[in-house]
Amino acid sequence: MSTDSQLRLVWVYPDLLSTYGDRGNLLILAHRAGLRGLPVASVEVRSDQALPVDGDIYLLGGGEDGPQSLASQRLLADGGLHRAVDRGAVVFAVCAGYQLLGNSFYAKGTECRGLELLDLTSDRGPSRAVGELAGDIDSRLGLPRLTGFENHGGRTHLGPEVYPLARVTTGIGNDGQTEGAWRGKILGTYSHGPALARNPALADLLLRWATGSMLPPVDDAWPDALRKERLSAVAS
Amino acid sequence: MTTKKLPMRAKLATSATRSAAALSRATGRGDGSVIGGRIGLMIDPNLLAELASGRQIVLISGTNGKTTTTRLTTAAMSVLGNVATNGLGANMPTGHTSALAKAGPTPYAVLEVDEHYLDQVLDATHPRVVALLNLSRDQLDRAKEVAMMAALWRESLAKRDIQVVANADDPMVTWAAQVAEHVTWVAAGQRWHDDSWVCPECGATIERMGDAWWCSGCTLHRPVPQWTVQHDGVVDPTGTYHEVKLQLPGRVNRANAATALAVAAHFRVRIADALARMTEVKSIAGRYAMVERDGRMIRLLLSKNPAGWLEAFDMADNVPTLLAINARDPDGLDTSWLYDVDFSPLRGRHVLITGDRAMDLAVRLTVNGIAFQHVPSFGRALASVPPGRLEVIANYTAFQDIRAELDRVN
Ligand SMILES: [Zn+2]
Repeated sequence: MSTDSQLRLVWVYPDLLSTYGDRGNLLILAHRAGLRGLPVASVEVRSDQALPVDGDIYLLGGGEDGPQSLASQRLLADGGLHRAVDRGAVVFAVCAGYQLLGNSFYAKGTECRGLELLDLTSDRGPSRAVGELAGDIDSRLGLPRLTGFENHGGRTHLGPEVYPLARVTTGIGNDGQTEGAWRGKILGTYSHGPALARNPALADLLLRWATGSMLPPVDDAWPDALRKERLSAVAS
Repeated sequence: MTTKKLPMRAKLATSATRSAAALSRATGRGDGSVIGGRIGLMIDPNLLAELASGRQIVLISGTNGKTTTTRLTTAAMSVLGNVATNGLGANMPTGHTSALAKAGPTPYAVLEVDEHYLDQVLDATHPRVVALLNLSRDQLDRAKEVAMMAALWRESLAKRDIQVVANADDPMVTWAAQVAEHVTWVAAGQRWHDDSWVCPECGATIERMGDAWWCSGCTLHRPVPQWTVQHDGVVDPTGTYHEVKLQLPGRVNRANAATALAVAAHFRVRIADALARMTEVKSIAGRYAMVERDGRMIRLLLSKNPAGWLEAFDMADNVPTLLAINARDPDGLDTSWLYDVDFSPLRGRHVLITGDRAMDLAVRLTVNGIAFQHVPSFGRALASVPPGRLEVIANYTAFQDIRAELDRVN
């Protein structure tokens, strides 16, 4: 955590990377940090502004093809996200934001250069993946099952330098087998919008990575009820 | 009034449309407008064009406010004569076909059009005026993205010589409409900005100050409006202020009324005459109507997307409020949009939640810092509030469920 002991949450380029509900991840991290008495500063950085390098958690949302390739170009030119990662910052990315953390992705039929922060490449799939997504999360992360909703046309191929976030049990994720990826403190998923609403333990993992300390438990009765309902909907 | 004869095939298709609709209503399977239109179009694919021909037609499209604006415009146009309309909200070509078949020959028709079907319906009906209200995110797992929708509209307006009435406060609508040869601009407002920060023309940021907006990278900017919503009324193109007294709540409905007046003005309807008719509109297919049940005065508000929820909070009175959310096919299967809505206007009210996806709403309200009570049914909600007013805000199928419990209130 930064020296002023405020947890700094940075939403990267909401003008380019923000689709339905992406703000939710920022709100949920701030809420859960607040429940633990951690002072939080949320910063939204537009694509015409320099990215601050002293953030603790960087969030990247979904977006359409044009804005996605523009965001990737600007982040490469800015260099701030790479410097923040070198400092040990946490990155959480969904959908288009997840793809652009990789080595390359396709936007408007053209291969685009990614940020090379995760060893993966993305291209277009034969069909759009829309619907409930569920899977068993990599046991090293010690988290309960992943539940989410996906809506994307991409397929992602993982290289040897990253771990899959989860093994898919419902939905498509990366390729019908695995979903998302992580390495170090960088984590990406196709679970779009407010992924953390249904996965509060994942939110707490990001907070733990950022603060370097264990967090006291909070009352998760409602998120647990939501998880139970969604996971049983895909089980039937 | 036109007495143009329909060709034999169209006649047959028209009568099939009517009887199928009547059958569907009689068997209680719905209002019949979709099934009837589908059968009619099967017999004669050209039926909508046949039925439209000879009428002066108005089309109304946009993400929100279509049904209400269609009703207000129909009321205003009724000053001139009989008006056919798809007042029940069946807003695809099958619904238009059915509405026109059912109405018989009328000199005028006012049709609500699903934004995805605008091009097709323009082709079939050759309207005299098209009113474009707004564009915002709606049911992401199905709808086209907002910018793509605006581009489709723009393309279809560019190739036609048509009178457009468009919302000058919505950058997406402005960009789509500005290619039309004749545009009447209405300052109808835009409470929801989150789908129009990026210029659809050049990709630069849209800047806003007060009522004004402009692109920081190109020449796109807010056109000078001819009609403006001000205070409790509307200012017309001559600068004259008219008080608008509707039975429908909220600023957004005064804006819908302004659009209806601007459309009717193209047919030379006098504003005072139009307003007198619009004032008679009490409710729209269950929306806004006040219903009494067990000593509770209940009003239903329908909100289908984030922009609609912001408008509903503006309309809602400060009384106990039930929020009902489903995610069935007509609603869209994804509930992510709940995080695009700031529920804080409800803070401090007695908030109740229900519906198939009440748990999504429960988590959202918790994160928003709003206390709430979960109730398993509408009946339990009624039992949980004291006698007096109850406001209900619901999305599409949740609204229909509650409306059914209130005996399909109109
Ligand atoms: Zn521009």
